[in-house]
Amino acid sequence: MGFVFYLISAFAVGGALAAVLLKNLVHAALAVTIAFFGLALLFLRLDAQFAGFAQILVYVGAVAILVVFAILLTKGSEVPKEGVFSRSWLAGLAISAAVFAVVAWAVMQAAPSLPNQSAIPAVTVNDIGNALMNRYVLPLEIIAVLLTAALLGAVIVAMHEKRAKQG
Amino acid sequence: MTPLTGYLIVAALVFAIGLAGALTRRNAIMILIGIELMLNAANLNLIAFWRYSPHPELLSGMMFAIFSIAVAAAEAAVGLGLVISIYRHARTADVEEMNRMKG
Repeated sequence: MGFVFYLISAFAVGGALAAVLLKNLVHAALAVTIAFFGLALLFLRLDAQFAGFAQILVYVGAVAILVVFAILLTKGSEVPKEGVFSRSWLAGLAISAAVFAVVAWAVMQAAPSLPNQSAIPAVTVNDIGNALMNRYVLPLEIIAVLLTAALLGAVIVAMHEKRAKQG
Repeated sequence: MTPLTGYLIVAALVFAIGLAGALTRRNAIMILIGIELMLNAANLNLIAFWRYSPHPELLSGMMFAIFSIAVAAAEAAVGLGLVISIYRHARTADVEEMNRMKG
């Protein structure tokens, strides 16, 4: 638990907090990008290089851009007059605080029985490729079908309705 | 505090913040961002347990996290497509104003 861990964690948690609290949606999207980046750094610190770089490519590269596009297409960059939080925000805050309290209590209770020291896993991208092609080949194919279906579905859902009626 | 506990607490914090965002914000895009934060916190848990597991060379936790990232990307694409489609129909992305099933 070095200084670097606390710094990266502050990055991730601070980015997430800013994303939830900022009123302007474009600022919130940038803050959530910082949170994704901090989580990718945590993955790298856990010696999961492949997952860390996949996180940077998918979240910082693709999901953040998608979110910004959606904000601009829905004119979400204007701050609404009635406020950005819903009427029942107090209940939502209480529920999330209760969830955090329960999870943190459970982690602290289980802490003595959790493993705390282990050797750095010697896993190369070569091993990951072999695993994806042998043991995990069925999930990989299903993910490929799912991504294709989601791509087509997103295009069809977002397509203009009038054009669908003409065709 | 052991390293694994630290990562688990950070993941719990990010999860709670994402849940608060999904429950308290009005804009549908912000609800999707909250869901993405929760998924990311789950991924952090998977990777942390993988790193400190007795057999990390089996790659189970890592594979779970990679597949979960792929599913989250698909979910974000479809969700944002739905938000754009609803905005075109109802002229708002505010979930408190979307209270009609028809028209």
